[in-house]
Amino acid sequence: MRFDTEKALRGPSVSSANLKEFMDHFGVDEKTISDVMAEALSKGGDYCDLYFQHSIDNYIGLEDKAVNRAYTDVGFGVGIRVLKGDQTGYSFTEEITPNAMKLAARTAANIADSGNIVKPVELKLKEVPNFYPIETPWEQVGVDKKVPYLQQINDKVFAEDKRIIKSNIWFINGTSYVMIANSQGKIVCDYQPMGQIAVNCTAEQNGQREQNYFDLSGRRGIEFFTPENIDRLAKESVRRTLMLFDAVKPEAGEMEVVLAPGISGILLHEAIGHGMEADFNRKKISIFSDKIGKPVAENFVTIVDDGTNPNLRGSLNVDDEGNETEKTYLVENGTLKSYLHDIISANYYKVKPTGNGRRESFRHVPQPRMRNTYMEPGPHKKDEIIASVKKGLYAEAFTNGEVFIGAGDFTFYVKSGYLIENGKITKPVKDVNIIGNGPQVLRDIVMVADDLKIGEGGGTCGKNGQGVPVSMGLPTVKVKKITVGGISTAKS
Amino acid sequence: MNNKERLDLAEWAMNYALKTGADESSAVIYNSRDIEIEYRDKKLETMKESTRNSLSLQVYADKRYSGHSTNDLRKDSLEKFIKEAVAGTKYLTRDEFRALPDPKYYPENTDTDLGLTDPGYDKIEASERKNIASEIERVASAQSDLIISATAGYNDSYYEFARVHSNGFKGEGAGTFFTAGASVTVNDKDGGRPEDWYYATSRFRNELPTPEMLGRNAAERALKKIGQKKIESGIYEMLVENRAGSRLLYMLAEPLSARALQQKSSFLDGMLDKPIASDKLTVIDDPFVRGGFGSRIFDGEGIAAKKKMIIEKGVLRNYYVDNYYGKKIGMEPNSGSTSNILFEYGTKSLEDMIKDQKRAILVNGFIGGNSNSTTGDFSFGIVGFLIENGKIVKPVNEMNVSGNAKDFWKSLAEMGNDPYPYSSMKIPTMAFTGVNFSGL
Repeated sequence: MRFDTEKALRGPSVSSANLKEFMDHFGVDEKTISDVMAEALSKGGDYCDLYFQHSIDNYIGLEDKAVNRAYTDVGFGVGIRVLKGDQTGYSFTEEITPNAMKLAARTAANIADSGNIVKPVELKLKEVPNFYPIETPWEQVGVDKKVPYLQQINDKVFAEDKRIIKSNIWFINGTSYVMIANSQGKIVCDYQPMGQIAVNCTAEQNGQREQNYFDLSGRRGIEFFTPENIDRLAKESVRRTLMLFDAVKPEAGEMEVVLAPGISGILLHEAIGHGMEADFNRKKISIFSDKIGKPVAENFVTIVDDGTNPNLRGSLNVDDEGNETEKTYLVENGTLKSYLHDIISANYYKVKPTGNGRRESFRHVPQPRMRNTYMEPGPHKKDEIIASVKKGLYAEAFTNGEVFIGAGDFTFYVKSGYLIENGKITKPVKDVNIIGNGPQVLRDIVMVADDLKIGEGGGTCGKNGQGVPVSMGLPTVKVKKITVGGISTAKS
Repeated sequence: MNNKERLDLAEWAMNYALKTGADESSAVIYNSRDIEIEYRDKKLETMKESTRNSLSLQVYADKRYSGHSTNDLRKDSLEKFIKEAVAGTKYLTRDEFRALPDPKYYPENTDTDLGLTDPGYDKIEASERKNIASEIERVASAQSDLIISATAGYNDSYYEFARVHSNGFKGEGAGTFFTAGASVTVNDKDGGRPEDWYYATSRFRNELPTPEMLGRNAAERALKKIGQKKIESGIYEMLVENRAGSRLLYMLAEPLSARALQQKSSFLDGMLDKPIASDKLTVIDDPFVRGGFGSRIFDGEGIAAKKKMIIEKGVLRNYYVDNYYGKKIGMEPNSGSTSNILFEYGTKSLEDMIKDQKRAILVNGFIGGNSNSTTGDFSFGIVGFLIENGKIVKPVNEMNVSGNAKDFWKSLAEMGNDPYPYSSMKIPTMAFTGVNFSGL
């Protein structure tokens, strides 16, 4: 059955007429959903929800100057979850028929084995805002329409500099139809688009080869890839590659680190974001357990996790448990404010869910996850921050990071950056890992500029084997002291 | 789905692609069943049960290529899916290297039994799974008052697949996996809440260690982290515990691929039959290990599995060459993916290797970091212990190791005698000299 996405896109909300279309899309009706829920709660569960999803992901690749590969992945199914207190029973089926759903419901029901039987309440559509309007649904954009974008970027990359020897370019887009119904009577629908172009370059100079990368991504339609953005994709990927010919390794050890505005928000994601996911706190395994209401940073530090920013990767009209998203303050003026909650942790802490319940797909249980994590602008200026550093590192592009939730050790890997010497940005650096302790680094954020920027690239956050799209942002920030991987001079 | 249904569906999908315009096609139908149990605080935390079914289809039409997967296996959905897949392929650029592998690379016999399936899988009771997880959690939690939280997990899975190629390949496979263990978080008064884990995996249920051993090891590992702190930056000798070593070996995986060679993004380009590591490093790819996690008769392209020497006493002997990039660079395909990775082992245990060190860092886990396949540069976060005069003196963390793989592997001084049993990479403890650590 074909679904008309245009209506869902007109926003600002999903109308009840659209509910019927979502129901038809998945081939179910209210009676079937209610029967499946009754089955799911038949062993004494307190609550259940059904997460219907149809996802279509497309990848088209250019290599050796030709668009010569395309991949598609389709996912279709329903996940059924039953809760008994903070215990979870989960099952999914890839066959959306009443029998297959009831069988899955019976499996999930087994988490409970006693208690009063809760009856599902009659479903009522909850309308949601639209934080990601796009002009044309991706299903209407065929392979033929995307091919020219890749060829244009490739031509520009090679025109940019003679040292370029290879480019790999990917056009990636995704669409997910989601319908969530729960036993408390809520039903919500969403249409979630995603678009990305990623450019990899390899260059050669005097026998030395270097490679780097730049991408743009968001909950966007094809109109996002304007001539200006196409130009930036080519130029920035080349610039980042060529600068590596002059790159050096910094000295190993602790030093001042200045983070460039934008994707450097990876610092927040790793240093505090994961530790504030409420499941880790409910289990008392996070270094931030029992710290709510306490001062954790200078008073000009305010850190948020926001699901409502227009067209960002981590934005959600509704989270994967059917709850409204919001702007959640992790740290407000230096004080630790709120964890990131899903339904289970919100019940445990007796607070309202913050709209952070997310999952990779219908095959996965929701967990508290970040959306768009960034720091609000502060009182300093970028120039004064750079000028204040005698010997340090200026980091601007990253590949990945990781954190140990309990110990607080976190890392992020710098793909391009510069040394700062006597208040001035000097030589480029590359391939250094930075490692610090979350709470310590928060305390060591000594300057925050007024130039907040959200990273434009495609970040995917992994947790317990599930990947979800996120965004990160930061103004120019100075951390007093953090360990930088590099070259040691002395034998220890 | 039984074997015949699976094979029939794969053949139908492949033939439907040919009927709608493909010249060549391959199809895989994959089915799996997974059960996961998690115990925490003496009660069931999560119970998850799932079955998956999927089709992967490759389409070759007029030297144009595309790949597709779906789990919506209803016939009418599949027909539409395959038609669109073939139709979309015609907008791509022709590529003379795109074709299924030459049938001469397919195995002659695909039904050798490598012992990958536990015959007792069907007989495992739901209560047995819960008992294993709850017992591990009980043991782990009982080890010390300093334990804040212990989460124990048990997981088993069963998978089956059928693969068909339009130029004459047909193969099937099946297997089981069992995993059990725990993660433990402990209280370190001034150092946060360090955690560690101990999980074991096997093809066979009765080869898993006892819950007692799994729970105790997880707790002991976490308790040993209490008091961890970074120490001064410098050049140290380094021991890498067997279970952590794969992170270092993976630095070589991408650069060893034919793709990286063809794309000029491998620092191992041009190094065939030349030394790339010290003579202590011998790496063998062996797909025929009985019950091995990576064992197979044919790979993901239908190419017959072969045992091959990758690195022989430090000398590079083979790249991983897949069908497409092999053709592009004029090399015979020998499989583009790893199977079981074995090593030439030394004679000493981890304990003996610690005794030999005057001052060194024993790395028992990595955190974050990355490596650059084009240049060999790497930098990883680490946790572990400081060794002085043959003894572990204190736990360390929040440090990086950095270097370049071209020099780094030449500093490999010794391999241990203790291959890590719970991975397809049976790596032992390794000793390196003169490694850059950054800390204070």
